[in-house]
Amino acid sequence: MAVASLKPGYAGPTRDRVDNFHGAQLVYVHWEEHLNFCAAITLPLPADTPFDALAGEILPSLYAADPDWADVDLGAARWMLDGRDWSPEPGRSIGEQGVGHKSLIRFWTAPAGNA
Amino acid sequence: MSRPVSITLQNSQDGIAIADAIMADNPEAERKPFPAMTKIDCPGRLVIRGESVSDLLGREWDPQEIHMSVISLSGSVDEDDGSFTLFWR
Amino acid sequence: MAARKLSLKQKYGHFTRGLDWEPSYQKKEDIFPFASYEGIKVHDWDAWEDPFKLTMDAYWKFQAEKERKLYAVIDSMAQNNGQLGITDARYLNAVKIFIQGVTPLEYQAHRHFAHLARHLPGAGLRVAAQMQSIDELRHCQTQIHTISHYNKYFDGIHDFTHMHDRLWYLSVPKSFFDDATSAGPFEFLTAISFAFEYVLTNLLFVPFMSGAAYNGDMATVTFGFSAQSDESRHMTLGLEAVRFLLEQDEANVPIVQGWIDKWFWRGYRLLSLVGMMMDYMLPKKVMSWSEAWESYYEEAGGALFADLARYGIREPKYAEVAKAEKGHVSHQVWSIFYNYAQAAAVHTWDVDDQHLAWLREKYPDTFEQTYQPRYLAWRKQAEEGQRFYNNGLPMLCQVCQIPMAFTEVGDPGTISFRVSEHAGDKYHTCSDGCKDIFDHEPEKYVQAWLPVHQIFQGNCGGATLPEVLDWYHINQGADNLDYVGSPEEAQWNKWMEGRRPAMPIAAE
Repeated sequence: MAVASLKPGYAGPTRDRVDNFHGAQLVYVHWEEHLNFCAAITLPLPADTPFDALAGEILPSLYAADPDWADVDLGAARWMLDGRDWSPEPGRSIGEQGVGHKSLIRFWTAPAGNA
Repeated sequence: MSRPVSITLQNSQDGIAIADAIMADNPEAERKPFPAMTKIDCPGRLVIRGESVSDLLGREWDPQEIHMSVISLSGSVDEDDGSFTLFWR
Repeated sequence: MAARKLSLKQKYGHFTRGLDWEPSYQKKEDIFPFASYEGIKVHDWDAWEDPFKLTMDAYWKFQAEKERKLYAVIDSMAQNNGQLGITDARYLNAVKIFIQGVTPLEYQAHRHFAHLARHLPGAGLRVAAQMQSIDELRHCQTQIHTISHYNKYFDGIHDFTHMHDRLWYLSVPKSFFDDATSAGPFEFLTAISFAFEYVLTNLLFVPFMSGAAYNGDMATVTFGFSAQSDESRHMTLGLEAVRFLLEQDEANVPIVQGWIDKWFWRGYRLLSLVGMMMDYMLPKKVMSWSEAWESYYEEAGGALFADLARYGIREPKYAEVAKAEKGHVSHQVWSIFYNYAQAAAVHTWDVDDQHLAWLREKYPDTFEQTYQPRYLAWRKQAEEGQRFYNNGLPMLCQVCQIPMAFTEVGDPGTISFRVSEHAGDKYHTCSDGCKDIFDHEPEKYVQAWLPVHQIFQGNCGGATLPEVLDWYHINQGADNLDYVGSPEEAQWNKWMEGRRPAMPIAAE
């Protein structure tokens, strides 16, 4: 529904257009069931970021502060991308696998000792 | 209790006199103490008479002086020369 | 023959209606260009009954007296080192939230009521708006004066206006008011005068002012009372203005209902920061957020909306969600401020056993199960010298701009994620309440200046945290990080040590 405005056709700048991020996209990541990290985390990542870099470097840099992280096997994690089940492939970039500007990635890691 | 109106007053010298006057002039009013404040609830309608407060304070008190003592109120307001009234329409 | 004295009502009538006029050579719609675009219909402005009959001479007299009384207390507090009377220096973090978050809103209100004082077609409403504009400026000024004393000794207060416009948690109150002031006059009246200053006002006033009283902050109590006497005029304006609109035309009812739904939700989300303050930052606590919500919204609001039902108005749309969340939101917001203490101009700290016991008592259904384990784990990390700070920047709600730490009703382990699409882009919100607001007017909210996104656009001083904190004007190592280890903790402990006598006073 259009905003009520003094003049018809009111519009203003879209502040978070992807062009404003100097080659990056915004990607949100959330380690489920670990609300010591109070909310999902916002990352500026180029679309050609390899999934390996996300899983191998970026997520550890964010979450290793949690003692549980030492036991995490991301290979066995359950993933969702933008509300749908997702099976990320390590060898490809995130952009190739459907991660777009302002995509939300949620992941569940099994407790230690479980499948 | 039919829907109460209420007024919350500072526990200043004036505020306490206003609260006392309200209790005297409004038989169904209930008074609740809080730190530094007094809250008075009354079903339907509450009247603050300038004359009653003046008598208690020992000086001429104009109902518009309520602005110096009120913290909060609930209800529609009617200000007149000798009184200040809270009510629900 | 003795001169006849005008009655209060006559005097006031001459001052308002008597000075108004019907334009004869300009069109009313050109003089009042904001009056109709929201779709609100007013047929008879004369039907507006001014509840208060304050003429300007009386206004100046009473306001000047309030100022004299207040400044005497401010002077006395400064002369007598009143800051030594607070329960603990942790309390000051509530005052910092206030000066950084609330005081600039008083200034926004001042500006916008001045705008309404010009643009509302009814003379009585214009008078009320003009007085409110001056009231709000007075509130802004008196808060600054009162809190300036604390600025001499404590951190985080020194640059509140600069911080209000930039810091990630301060965009929450700022965007709340920006939303209201960029709306039309009738939405503003519903949003601020009615929803904020009438329906929700006690949830702002009681936590801060009673919190001040319980924690020895006499100056803030005095400022609070000084302002509240003006608030009774403001809240009455809000209630009467909404009734007036509802009575003027049936077509206004669904428009006003939509605004009540929106602004109840926006106000409720904003107040979650106050809930955090009252459950965590007050060494001596007034009541819990949950108790405050029950008392000041569920009971009081229930009666109000029962009354407005005669106009066809119902309770705000997500009132049941707010009720369901009352055992959670304050802890979730504290977790945000604990996570990001390195980037905030207020301190947080680990919760001690006495405080944990109070939280368990006040939140028997939620605290021990969901939040205590997290706090104990953090405390353990801090004791091991690894106080936890979140390395990543949070995901923010596009509408309320709070980091998305709120969880699904009935499932406190799952963050509440909502998403909308507009013009090919995704927009994330924290709740059905915020999503509805986005979906109703997306052209507004796509313009939001979200602090985290702005950092990543390179608009906030640089790519590293120290550069961004510099841009925020945060004094690093003083304004931010944990209370434990802060300069003001050291100063406070030294003062308290200094108050203990060097030798025994009385015989053993």
